[in-house]
Amino acid sequence: MKNAEELFNIIKENFSSSSIELKTDLPTEAIIIVPALEIDKITMFLKDSSELLFDSLVNLSGVDEIKAGLLSVYYHLESTSLKHKILLKVTTDRNKPEVVTVTEVWKSADWHEREAYDMFGIIFINHPDLRRILMPYDWDAGYPLRKDYENPEFYQGMKVPY
Amino acid sequence: MSFLDTEFTDGNIVVAKLEDLLNWSRLSSLWQVSFGLACCAIEMMATSASHYDFDRFGVIPRPSPRQADIIIISGTVTLKMATRIKRLYEQMPDPKYIISMGSCSNCGGPYWEHGYHVLKGIDRVIPVDVYVPGCPPRPEALLEGLLKLQEKIRNESLVKKAV
Repeated sequence: MKNAEELFNIIKENFSSSSIELKTDLPTEAIIIVPALEIDKITMFLKDSSELLFDSLVNLSGVDEIKAGLLSVYYHLESTSLKHKILLKVTTDRNKPEVVTVTEVWKSADWHEREAYDMFGIIFINHPDLRRILMPYDWDAGYPLRKDYENPEFYQGMKVPY
Repeated sequence: MSFLDTEFTDGNIVVAKLEDLLNWSRLSSLWQVSFGLACCAIEMMATSASHYDFDRFGVIPRPSPRQADIIIISGTVTLKMATRIKRLYEQMPDPKYIISMGSCSNCGGPYWEHGYHVLKGIDRVIPVDVYVPGCPPRPEALLEGLLKLQEKIRNESLVKKAV
Protein backbone atom coordinates (compact mmCIF):
# COMPACT_ATOMS: atom_id res chain seq x y z
CA MET A 1 0.00 0.00 0.00
CA LYS A 2 1.40 3.36 -1.06
CA ASN A 3 0.32 6.86 -0.10
CA ALA A 4 -0.23 9.72 -2.52
CA GLU A 5 3.27 11.14 -2.17
CA GLU A 6 4.96 7.81 -2.92
CA LEU A 7 2.68 7.29 -5.89
CA PHE A 8 3.44 10.81 -7.12
CA ASN A 9 7.19 10.17 -6.90
CA ILE A 10 6.87 6.95 -8.89
CA ILE A 11 4.91 8.71 -11.65
CA LYS A 12 7.38 11.62 -11.60
CA GLU A 13 10.36 9.26 -12.04
CA ASN A 14 8.80 7.51 -15.02
CA PHE A 15 7.42 10.60 -16.74
CA SER A 16 10.16 13.11 -15.95
CA SER A 17 9.54 15.22 -19.05
CA SER A 18 5.83 15.85 -18.29
CA SER A 19 4.54 18.49 -15.91
CA ILE A 20 3.03 16.53 -13.03
CA GLU A 21 1.85 18.23 -9.88
CA LEU A 22 0.80 17.02 -6.42
CA LYS A 23 -1.81 18.93 -4.42
CA THR A 24 -2.09 17.94 -0.75
CA ASP A 25 -3.42 21.11 0.94
CA LEU A 26 -7.01 19.97 0.50
CA PRO A 27 -9.74 18.81 2.89
CA THR A 28 -10.18 15.76 0.65
CA GLU A 29 -7.67 13.22 -0.58
CA ALA A 30 -4.56 14.41 -2.43
CA ILE A 31 -4.86 15.14 -6.15
CA ILE A 32 -2.22 14.41 -8.76
CA ILE A 33 -2.57 16.73 -11.75
CA VAL A 34 -1.27 15.34 -15.03
CA PRO A 35 -1.32 16.62 -18.65
CA ALA A 36 -4.58 15.91 -20.53
CA LEU A 37 -2.81 14.58 -23.62
CA GLU A 38 -0.69 12.05 -21.67
CA ILE A 39 -3.35 10.62 -19.38
CA ASP A 40 -3.59 7.44 -21.49
CA LYS A 41 0.13 6.66 -21.19
CA ILE A 42 0.25 7.49 -17.49
CA THR A 43 -2.80 5.39 -16.61
CA MET A 44 -1.52 2.50 -18.73
CA PHE A 45 1.69 2.63 -16.70
CA LEU A 46 -0.28 2.79 -13.43
CA LYS A 47 -2.24 -0.28 -14.46
CA ASP A 48 0.66 -2.36 -15.75
CA SER A 49 3.43 -1.53 -13.30
CA SER A 50 3.87 -4.49 -10.95
CA GLU A 51 4.30 -2.29 -7.89
CA LEU A 52 1.10 -0.26 -8.58
CA LEU A 53 -1.45 -2.49 -10.35
CA PHE A 54 -4.32 0.01 -10.59
CA ASP A 55 -6.76 -2.45 -12.11
CA SER A 56 -9.98 -0.57 -11.30
CA LEU A 57 -11.32 2.74 -12.57
CA VAL A 58 -13.77 3.53 -9.76
CA ASN A 59 -15.10 6.71 -11.27
CA LEU A 60 -14.46 9.21 -14.03
CA SER A 61 -16.25 12.53 -13.93
CA GLY A 62 -16.16 15.95 -15.51
CA VAL A 63 -16.10 19.25 -13.62
CA ASP A 64 -16.75 22.72 -15.01
CA GLU A 65 -14.33 25.29 -13.52
CA ILE A 66 -15.86 28.24 -15.28
CA LYS A 67 -14.00 30.95 -13.29
CA ALA A 68 -10.66 29.53 -14.38
CA GLY A 69 -11.94 28.91 -17.91
CA LEU A 70 -11.24 25.21 -17.57
CA LEU A 71 -12.98 21.88 -17.87
CA SER A 72 -11.48 19.11 -15.73
CA VAL A 73 -11.74 15.36 -15.61
CA TYR A 74 -11.17 13.44 -12.38
CA TYR A 75 -10.11 9.79 -12.33
CA HIS A 76 -10.57 7.78 -9.14
CA LEU A 77 -8.38 4.70 -9.36
CA GLU A 78 -8.00 1.76 -7.03
CA SER A 79 -5.87 -1.33 -6.92
CA THR A 80 -7.98 -4.24 -5.77
CA SER A 81 -4.93 -6.40 -5.05
CA LEU A 82 -2.58 -3.83 -3.44
CA LYS A 83 -5.40 -1.81 -1.80
CA HIS A 84 -4.12 1.66 -2.63
CA LYS A 85 -6.05 4.50 -4.17
CA ILE A 86 -5.21 7.55 -6.22
CA LEU A 87 -7.04 10.59 -7.56
CA LEU A 88 -5.86 11.94 -10.91
CA LYS A 89 -6.99 15.17 -12.49
CA VAL A 90 -6.53 16.64 -15.94
CA THR A 91 -7.55 20.13 -17.00
CA THR A 92 -8.32 21.39 -20.45
CA ASP A 93 -9.29 24.66 -22.06
CA ARG A 94 -13.01 25.38 -21.92
CA ASN A 95 -13.07 26.56 -25.54
CA LYS A 96 -11.31 23.47 -26.87
CA PRO A 97 -11.80 20.72 -24.29
CA GLU A 98 -9.76 17.76 -25.45
CA VAL A 99 -8.59 14.83 -23.34
CA VAL A 100 -7.15 11.53 -24.53
CA THR A 101 -9.40 8.54 -23.87
CA VAL A 102 -8.51 5.84 -21.34
CA THR A 103 -10.82 3.22 -22.86
CA GLU A 104 -7.71 1.34 -24.01
CA VAL A 105 -6.72 1.01 -20.35
CA TRP A 106 -10.08 0.24 -18.74
CA LYS A 107 -13.10 -0.76 -20.84
CA SER A 108 -15.39 0.72 -18.17
CA ALA A 109 -14.19 4.19 -19.12
CA ASP A 110 -16.25 3.98 -22.32
CA TRP A 111 -19.64 4.98 -20.85
CA HIS A 112 -18.09 7.26 -18.21
CA GLU A 113 -16.42 9.27 -20.95
CA ARG A 114 -19.59 9.33 -23.00
CA GLU A 115 -21.36 10.79 -19.97
CA ALA A 116 -18.67 13.43 -19.48
CA TYR A 117 -19.02 14.28 -23.17
CA ASP A 118 -22.81 14.39 -22.92
CA MET A 119 -22.90 16.61 -19.82
CA PHE A 120 -19.82 18.82 -20.32
CA GLY A 121 -18.88 18.54 -23.97
CA ILE A 122 -15.41 17.20 -23.24
CA ILE A 123 -13.99 15.59 -26.39
CA PHE A 124 -12.18 12.34 -25.67
CA ILE A 125 -9.64 11.84 -28.43
CA ASN A 126 -9.57 8.27 -29.90
CA HIS A 127 -12.76 7.25 -28.08
CA PRO A 128 -14.35 4.36 -30.06
CA ASP A 129 -17.96 5.62 -29.89
CA LEU A 130 -18.27 9.20 -28.63
CA ARG A 131 -22.04 9.81 -28.72
CA ARG A 132 -24.46 11.24 -26.21
CA ILE A 133 -25.50 8.61 -23.67
CA LEU A 134 -28.23 10.19 -21.48
CA MET A 135 -29.65 13.12 -23.43
CA PRO A 136 -31.46 12.47 -26.74
CA TYR A 137 -29.15 11.90 -29.69
CA ASP A 138 -30.62 14.91 -31.49
CA TRP A 139 -30.15 17.26 -28.50
CA ASP A 140 -28.59 20.40 -29.91
CA ALA A 141 -29.05 22.85 -27.01
CA GLY A 142 -25.60 22.26 -25.52
CA TYR A 143 -24.19 20.46 -22.50
CA PRO A 144 -26.51 20.59 -19.46
CA LEU A 145 -23.98 20.48 -16.59
CA ARG A 146 -21.91 23.40 -17.85
CA LYS A 147 -22.32 26.36 -15.50
CA ASP A 148 -23.41 28.70 -18.29
CA TYR A 149 -25.91 26.25 -19.79
CA GLU A 150 -29.39 27.52 -20.53
CA ASN A 151 -32.32 25.26 -21.23
CA PRO A 152 -34.00 25.66 -24.62
CA GLU A 153 -37.59 26.90 -24.92
CA PHE A 154 -38.71 23.89 -26.93
CA TYR A 155 -37.56 20.37 -27.74
CA GLN A 156 -39.39 18.63 -30.63
CA GLY A 157 -42.39 20.93 -30.14
CA MET A 158 -42.61 20.28 -26.38
CA LYS A 159 -42.22 23.26 -24.09
CA VAL A 160 -39.28 22.67 -21.76
CA PRO A 161 -39.39 25.35 -18.99
CA TYR A 162 -41.99 25.03 -16.22
CA MET B 1 -72.99 1.96 -8.78
CA SER B 2 -75.22 2.03 -11.80
CA PHE B 3 -78.46 0.23 -12.57
CA LEU B 4 -76.51 -2.52 -14.32
CA ASP B 5 -74.42 -3.22 -11.22
CA THR B 6 -77.46 -4.20 -9.18
CA GLU B 7 -78.54 -7.82 -8.75
CA PHE B 8 -81.45 -8.97 -10.88
CA THR B 9 -83.71 -11.61 -9.35
CA ASP B 10 -86.99 -11.51 -11.25
CA GLY B 11 -87.25 -12.50 -14.89
CA ASN B 12 -84.45 -12.73 -17.41
CA ILE B 13 -84.98 -9.64 -19.51
CA VAL B 14 -83.38 -6.37 -18.51
CA VAL B 15 -84.27 -3.15 -20.22
CA ALA B 16 -81.50 -0.57 -20.18
CA LYS B 17 -80.23 2.30 -22.24
CA LEU B 18 -77.57 1.42 -24.81
CA GLU B 19 -75.45 4.23 -23.44
CA ASP B 20 -75.52 2.72 -19.95
CA LEU B 21 -74.63 -0.72 -21.27
CA LEU B 22 -71.69 0.63 -23.28
CA ASN B 23 -70.38 2.75 -20.45
CA TRP B 24 -70.80 -0.03 -17.92
CA SER B 25 -68.94 -2.56 -20.07
CA ARG B 26 -66.17 -0.08 -20.82
CA LEU B 27 -65.56 0.97 -17.24
CA SER B 28 -65.67 -2.60 -15.95
CA SER B 29 -62.74 -3.86 -17.99
CA LEU B 30 -60.13 -1.17 -18.35
CA TRP B 31 -57.08 -2.94 -19.68
CA GLN B 32 -53.93 -0.96 -19.08
CA VAL B 33 -50.71 -0.77 -21.06
CA SER B 34 -48.07 -2.73 -19.16
CA PHE B 35 -45.79 0.25 -18.81
CA GLY B 36 -43.95 1.85 -15.91
CA LEU B 37 -41.49 4.71 -15.66
CA ALA B 38 -40.03 5.35 -12.21
CA CYS B 39 -40.75 4.86 -8.50
CA CYS B 40 -44.49 5.37 -9.15
CA ALA B 41 -44.33 2.18 -11.22
CA ILE B 42 -43.38 0.28 -8.04
CA GLU B 43 -46.58 1.51 -6.39
CA MET B 44 -48.52 0.67 -9.55
CA MET B 45 -47.13 -2.87 -9.46
CA ALA B 46 -48.05 -3.10 -5.77
CA THR B 47 -51.58 -2.02 -6.75
CA SER B 48 -51.71 -4.80 -9.33
CA ALA B 49 -50.44 -7.41 -6.88
CA SER B 50 -52.61 -9.53 -4.61
CA HIS B 51 -52.82 -7.18 -1.62
CA TYR B 52 -54.58 -4.34 -3.51
CA ASP B 53 -55.69 -6.43 -6.50
CA PHE B 54 -56.28 -4.02 -9.39
CA ASP B 55 -57.85 -6.94 -11.24
CA ARG B 56 -61.04 -6.74 -9.13
CA PHE B 57 -61.79 -3.50 -11.01
CA GLY B 58 -61.06 -5.16 -14.33
CA VAL B 59 -57.60 -3.65 -14.75
CA ILE B 60 -55.27 -6.13 -16.40
CA PRO B 61 -51.84 -5.22 -17.80
CA ARG B 62 -51.58 -5.85 -21.53
CA PRO B 63 -48.25 -6.23 -23.31
CA SER B 64 -49.35 -4.17 -26.30
CA PRO B 65 -50.89 -0.69 -26.53
CA ARG B 66 -53.13 -2.04 -29.29
CA GLN B 67 -54.99 -4.18 -26.75
CA ALA B 68 -55.25 -1.51 -24.07
CA ASP B 69 -57.86 1.00 -22.93
CA ILE B 70 -55.87 3.06 -20.41
CA ILE B 71 -52.30 4.10 -19.94
CA ILE B 72 -51.08 5.01 -16.47
CA ILE B 73 -48.17 7.46 -16.71
CA SER B 74 -46.37 6.23 -13.61
CA GLY B 75 -43.30 8.35 -13.04
CA THR B 76 -40.91 11.00 -14.28
CA VAL B 77 -41.37 11.70 -17.99
CA THR B 78 -38.07 12.70 -19.55
CA LEU B 79 -38.10 14.57 -22.84
CA LYS B 80 -36.55 11.51 -24.41
CA MET B 81 -39.36 9.28 -23.09
CA ALA B 82 -42.15 11.77 -23.91
CA THR B 83 -41.77 11.15 -27.63
CA ARG B 84 -42.09 7.40 -27.01
CA ILE B 85 -45.15 7.84 -24.76
CA LYS B 86 -46.82 9.88 -27.48
CA ARG B 87 -46.26 7.05 -29.91
CA LEU B 88 -47.63 4.47 -27.44
CA TYR B 89 -50.71 6.61 -26.90
CA GLU B 90 -51.28 7.00 -30.62
CA GLN B 91 -51.14 3.22 -31.06
CA MET B 92 -53.98 2.66 -28.57
CA PRO B 93 -57.45 2.15 -30.06
CA ASP B 94 -60.30 4.53 -29.14
CA PRO B 95 -61.84 4.98 -26.62
CA LYS B 96 -58.66 5.51 -24.59
CA TYR B 97 -58.01 7.06 -21.23
CA ILE B 98 -54.99 8.41 -19.37
CA ILE B 99 -54.25 8.46 -15.66
CA SER B 100 -51.35 10.72 -14.73
CA MET B 101 -49.85 9.19 -11.61
CA GLY B 102 -47.66 11.20 -9.22
CA SER B 103 -46.23 14.70 -9.08
CA CYS B 104 -43.64 14.13 -11.82
CA SER B 105 -46.08 13.30 -14.56
CA ASN B 106 -48.61 15.84 -13.22
CA CYS B 107 -46.30 18.85 -13.34
CA GLY B 108 -42.62 17.85 -13.25
CA GLY B 109 -42.54 17.24 -9.49
CA PRO B 110 -39.17 17.88 -7.81
CA TYR B 111 -37.61 18.45 -11.25
CA TRP B 112 -39.81 21.43 -12.07
CA GLU B 113 -37.00 23.99 -11.95
CA HIS B 114 -33.65 22.34 -12.58
CA GLY B 115 -34.76 19.25 -14.48
CA TYR B 116 -33.27 20.16 -17.85
CA HIS B 117 -34.34 16.74 -19.14
CA VAL B 118 -37.85 16.47 -17.63
CA LEU B 119 -41.17 17.24 -19.28
CA LYS B 120 -43.11 19.46 -16.85
CA GLY B 121 -46.36 17.52 -17.02
CA ILE B 122 -47.50 14.79 -19.39
CA ASP B 123 -50.54 16.93 -20.31
CA ARG B 124 -48.19 18.93 -22.53
CA VAL B 125 -48.06 15.90 -24.83
CA ILE B 126 -51.25 13.85 -24.38
CA PRO B 127 -54.68 14.66 -22.83
CA VAL B 128 -55.05 13.50 -19.22
CA ASP B 129 -58.34 12.27 -17.71
CA VAL B 130 -57.40 11.87 -14.05
CA TYR B 131 -54.48 13.31 -12.08
CA VAL B 132 -53.40 11.34 -9.01
CA PRO B 133 -51.33 13.47 -6.61
CA GLY B 134 -48.56 12.05 -4.44
CA CYS B 135 -44.85 11.33 -4.53
CA PRO B 136 -45.37 8.49 -5.12
CA PRO B 137 -49.12 8.01 -4.50
CA ARG B 138 -50.02 5.05 -2.32
CA PRO B 139 -51.96 2.21 -3.98
CA GLU B 140 -55.14 3.50 -2.30
CA ALA B 141 -54.67 6.82 -4.12
CA LEU B 142 -54.25 5.09 -7.47
CA LEU B 143 -57.37 3.02 -6.79
CA GLU B 144 -59.23 6.25 -6.00
CA GLY B 145 -57.96 7.68 -9.28
CA LEU B 146 -59.27 4.67 -11.15
CA LEU B 147 -62.67 4.96 -9.44
CA LYS B 148 -62.78 8.62 -10.50
CA LEU B 149 -62.06 7.57 -14.07
CA GLN B 150 -64.82 4.94 -13.90
CA GLU B 151 -67.19 7.62 -12.68
CA LYS B 152 -66.20 9.78 -15.63
CA ILE B 153 -66.81 6.94 -18.10
CA ARG B 154 -70.16 6.15 -16.48
CA ASN B 155 -71.37 9.66 -17.34
CA GLU B 156 -70.22 9.60 -20.94
CA SER B 157 -72.80 10.06 -23.65
CA LEU B 158 -73.05 8.90 -27.22
CA VAL B 159 -74.45 12.24 -28.37
CA LYS B 160 -73.41 14.81 -25.80
CA LYS B 161 -69.76 15.66 -25.33
CA ALA B 162 -68.41 14.41 -22.01
CA VAL B 163 -67.68 17.04 -19.39
